Amino acid sequence: MSLTVNGESVSADVEPRTLLVHFIRENLDLTGTHVGCETSYCGACTVLVDGKSVKSCTMLAVQAAGATVTTIEGLAEGDEMHALQEGFWERHGLQCGYCTPGMIMSAAGLLAENPSPTEDDIRHGIEGNLCRCTGYHNIVKAIDYAASKLRGETPAPAEWEVNA
Amino acid sequence: MSTTSALGGVVRRREDPALVTGTGLYVDDVKRTGMLHAAFVRSPYAHARITSIDADEARSMDGVKAVYTADDVRHLGSLPVQVPVGQARPLLADGTVKHMGEAVAMVVAATRTQAQDAADAVFVDYDALEAVVDLKDAASDRMKVHDGLDSNILVTWTTPFGADDETQAGLVDQIAAAKDRDDTVVVSLEMNNQRLLPTAIEPRSVVAEWNSGYEEMTLWSSSQMISAVAGAVGKVLGIPYNHVHAIAPEVGGGFGAKLNVYPDEILVPWAAKQLGKAVKYTENRREAAVSTIQGRGWIGTATITGTREGEVLAYELDAICDMGAYSQNFTVAIPFLGVFVGSGQYKFPTRLKLDCVTTHLQTTDAYRGAGRPEAIYYLERIMDAYSREIGMDSAAVRMKNFIPNEEFPGAMSPAGFAIDTGDYGTNLQAMLDLPEYSEMKAERDRLRSEGKLAGVGLSTYMEVCGFGPSGLVDLGFSWAEYGVPSAFNGSGLVRVNPDGTANVIIGTGPSGQGHKTTWSQIVSQQTGIEMDKIKVTYGDTKEAPVSIGSFGSRSAAVDGAAAFEAAGKVREKAAKVAAHLLEASEDDIRFEDGAAHVAGSPDKSISWEEIAKTAYQPHLLPEGMEGGMEAHAIFSPTNATWPFGTMACLVSVDSDTGDVKILRWVNVDDCGEVINPMIVDGQIHGGVAQGIGQALFEDAIYDGDGNLLTAGLIDYPMPTAADVPSYELHRTVTPTDVNPLGVKGVGEAGTIGSAQTLVNAVVDALAEKGVKHVDMPLRPKRVWQAMQDAQN
Amino acid sequence: MYPRAFDYVAASSIDEAVRELGNADFAKVMSGGMSLIPMMKLRLLSPDVVVDIGRVPGLDAISEDGDAITIGALVTHEKTAAADVPAVLKTAAAWTGDRQVRVRGTTCGAVAHADIAADQPSAVLALGGTITAQGPDGTREIAADDFFVDAMTSALEPHEILTSIRIPKRGGGSAYEKLGRRGGHTDYAVAGASAWVEKSNGSVSDARVALTGVGLKPELTRGVMEALIGTDGSESAVASAAERAVEGITVLEDLYGSVEYKTHLAKVMVRRALNQAFAQA
Repeated sequence: MSLTVNGESVSADVEPRTLLVHFIRENLDLTGTHVGCETSYCGACTVLVDGKSVKSCTMLAVQAAGATVTTIEGLAEGDEMHALQEGFWERHGLQCGYCTPGMIMSAAGLLAENPSPTEDDIRHGIEGNLCRCTGYHNIVKAIDYAASKLRGETPAPAEWEVNA
Repeated sequence: MSTTSALGGVVRRREDPALVTGTGLYVDDVKRTGMLHAAFVRSPYAHARITSIDADEARSMDGVKAVYTADDVRHLGSLPVQVPVGQARPLLADGTVKHMGEAVAMVVAATRTQAQDAADAVFVDYDALEAVVDLKDAASDRMKVHDGLDSNILVTWTTPFGADDETQAGLVDQIAAAKDRDDTVVVSLEMNNQRLLPTAIEPRSVVAEWNSGYEEMTLWSSSQMISAVAGAVGKVLGIPYNHVHAIAPEVGGGFGAKLNVYPDEILVPWAAKQLGKAVKYTENRREAAVSTIQGRGWIGTATITGTREGEVLAYELDAICDMGAYSQNFTVAIPFLGVFVGSGQYKFPTRLKLDCVTTHLQTTDAYRGAGRPEAIYYLERIMDAYSREIGMDSAAVRMKNFIPNEEFPGAMSPAGFAIDTGDYGTNLQAMLDLPEYSEMKAERDRLRSEGKLAGVGLSTYMEVCGFGPSGLVDLGFSWAEYGVPSAFNGSGLVRVNPDGTANVIIGTGPSGQGHKTTWSQIVSQQTGIEMDKIKVTYGDTKEAPVSIGSFGSRSAAVDGAAAFEAAGKVREKAAKVAAHLLEASEDDIRFEDGAAHVAGSPDKSISWEEIAKTAYQPHLLPEGMEGGMEAHAIFSPTNATWPFGTMACLVSVDSDTGDVKILRWVNVDDCGEVINPMIVDGQIHGGVAQGIGQALFEDAIYDGDGNLLTAGLIDYPMPTAADVPSYELHRTVTPTDVNPLGVKGVGEAGTIGSAQTLVNAVVDALAEKGVKHVDMPLRPKRVWQAMQDAQN
Repeated sequence: MYPRAFDYVAASSIDEAVRELGNADFAKVMSGGMSLIPMMKLRLLSPDVVVDIGRVPGLDAISEDGDAITIGALVTHEKTAAADVPAVLKTAAAWTGDRQVRVRGTTCGAVAHADIAADQPSAVLALGGTITAQGPDGTREIAADDFFVDAMTSALEPHEILTSIRIPKRGGGSAYEKLGRRGGHTDYAVAGASAWVEKSNGSVSDARVALTGVGLKPELTRGVMEALIGTDGSESAVASAAERAVEGITVLEDLYGSVEYKTHLAKVMVRRALNQAFAQA
């Protein structure tokens, strides 16, 4: 099978039971995409397939034949972080970082669908991604930051800037 | 964003660029040449005799290198345990299984898939036996969990801690006398504090590789206590500590679940040594549910005896605490941490009796808060119930019973412990004075006027953390049982290199707490070295001095203080060098912005690069001074630290369905000084969310046979972003005097203060229906049932 | 976790897929795979062959043909939720799983899977949909009323594939209500109700109401339907009809509710769904 991952075309023979996430992690050595459960609940494995966020643990690699896949490693343009990566950094949207790549790729799908999400849209938009560290507070702010940047607007100031 | 290094300033996290770009290394990312993969065969029964294990088919399968059972590993002994009270765990089940998920056999194969396929083909015959699941049943000793133990009750913890029999008897008499008074009310509730699955999003993972020529074991493990893991592996396999190179790279959340030495952390290195190949094991989520430790699991009756004017005369808690089948790292010591905060911030006579019982369920151990959320839950729920009973505002009742400020320093809690610093009234008053608090009450009243059920909940809390004082080794606060006889000291190593850059090397690694950033701030503050010249590394036993680990909200208060002191030693030496080079008095040297300056002489300064270079060219140093620029400090605080705070929230309850919605959440926390407010607030956010998870959703539900019914995320509903509110955080600052930074620790505060805040709010909402208590989790079915029961 | 080994066939037509199903001892059809793959990973289900219909052309459209809307086998939840379909189905699709699941999972797949607590099966029931299935003996139509047979069991034969669902285009109003297992809407239903109603000359001329999460399968609540016909559809009429929500239905206890609670919840959800549906009718 052949597919495009982060702009490069790759071909491989895989067992049908190889999940897309394992193909990405083990065959391509792109270990930024994580595995946190086996029931499609945690979302740590989220990647973009043809521009939409999907859980790569609930997709067979063979189902992705011919598709265009973007992982966390392929999100930035060169050395310039994507607005979401910058947003998570600027707004402390991560602690242990394990859910973060999936969270960011999920948010990327959300913002592609809805460039101006409300807080409620963001909270419901990332329902498929579990985080045990942040209580989601700063993840919501991080996605809002990125949404503003992607719209060409100045992000709302951080809470600590307002409170300072 | 500010990039200044001052303590107390927000600094964007230095760990994040790797983590947001997917380049951070977690254990499951580790690949070694020829690496094999392990899978475990686990018991489907809570209690059974193993009558046979047939691994012939598995051994013949493609790629399978070995199938190990108890026969192969019995000679290694049982799993090392720091607090060896109760039954030790065999590395692989030996004749019987004592909980669902217990490892019975280990398969090693060339690929993960082959290992799993072969594990499926190991046929184990079990003779199922009755299981002890219910805590009261366990405490009754009707049936023993372990033949070799005298009782299912492993230990009973009481307060006042350390009191002699006479004092204990006196307390019992005092409480009885209070109950006999005509002017007192006695309010009592039996409450459940359910079992929980810690559920770090990163499953536990371990990779081991043995080099026979170097006689060195290299081990990667997703652990909060990598030095202890190194020690335990060495102890069991007979490898000296300095030949075990253990690494905890990025750890994807811990919450206590990775504060343990697990059988796989011993067996994987053992198999790597046997087979001469690297071996990896990564648990899956369903395995994690039954084989990684669980948390909480108390049932208890809390009782307050007090006057109608809000003076509490006595508080009692009689609880049974579920330890599960085997004792692991701390196990029975977890309820003991509850004893520390048994009387909270209050001054009333307190009697706790906590029976720690063994059951045929998975072992319990530290889960965020570890003993303290349980103790504070009972205390603050019953304070709320007592306030309702006497018709007083619970804030006023709390205020009336706090340990007064004049008892500090030197305050002793009724539970029997010396408290560092406290200012409880100011903290609670800060909450009461917040506009947010009044707004929540007004909104509650508005919702009620529309006929809706709404409530405001309030809880104060006290924590003990920052372990700890060296003297506590006698109580088991050390890793001696793992062959690392160190107290719970802080440890920090600061090395300035010849080019003026600095390495800060700590053994205590984070699982999300931002050590790289916080430690950079600490060392930069002390030395004046700019943050971008400081590199913090952690979690590697080859390069770092022995350290204890990240748990119990201890890292900043203990290891941070050690780094601060090590950096102080470096600064002192650098001041001597600078004074020598600038021909100034050492006392006049000030460090700032990457250079040493002479007070009062603005033109006289010398950069850290020059100082560092000089330090490595000893002929340029003052006579008699050693070359180099490096210091290590061990820090042993004089006491643990005792943070505290107040939380409040507003909820609405759907009277038709029992569904609870959190509308607002407000905190006033006091964790002493704050190094990085952004990181501290983040810790509280996550802690509160975990308390909300316990209060509303999470429940490790076992059936009567000891089968875990919620062994996956489908039926173990952790909160999602849509389930939790934004958090409005405030603080008061009461520095501790037990470390030079004044910081108390904040990792667990959010969890300790939150669950009962939410339950208090729901009870406030349901009070008009006659409901006095609802057990967690407050799933809609329970809330609805409570309303039905109250009305009938 | 990995599934056990299996053979994989990417069918290029439904005919081919049906043939492949017939050739295997134990084959499963996959469209989005959102339910199938997790079950295979947990090794609760280990088919010899997975027949992937995900690449069959022409199945991913929602089309209208005069008196019905046809939803193809590969129409995702996301697409159904955005389509011009009755509100009850639109909402049920929007509340199925999370965003990532909705872009892969299909409405037809959810109906074929017939989970006892899924959202869209009850909506299709309430709308009086018709399921089209193709098997070795050709194509047949199954009324939604006859489709859900038992827990996780539909009227599909082992070698049949659900190729589309037809929803009659009728007037009236419809709505879906549920209490999810978590606070949000995306988890499975503790209890949910789908309602479709039609009024003429001020009185209820037709009504179809179905439950999910309450019994063994998505089920019409015939007592409610009967009670509503001829009433004015007012809140009081709805409240009294809703009392019959579980008439003839075996209510099951699970981790999320006792029989008593689910019985009560069924009434609440029926009432809420009906009130919304009448507001549109």
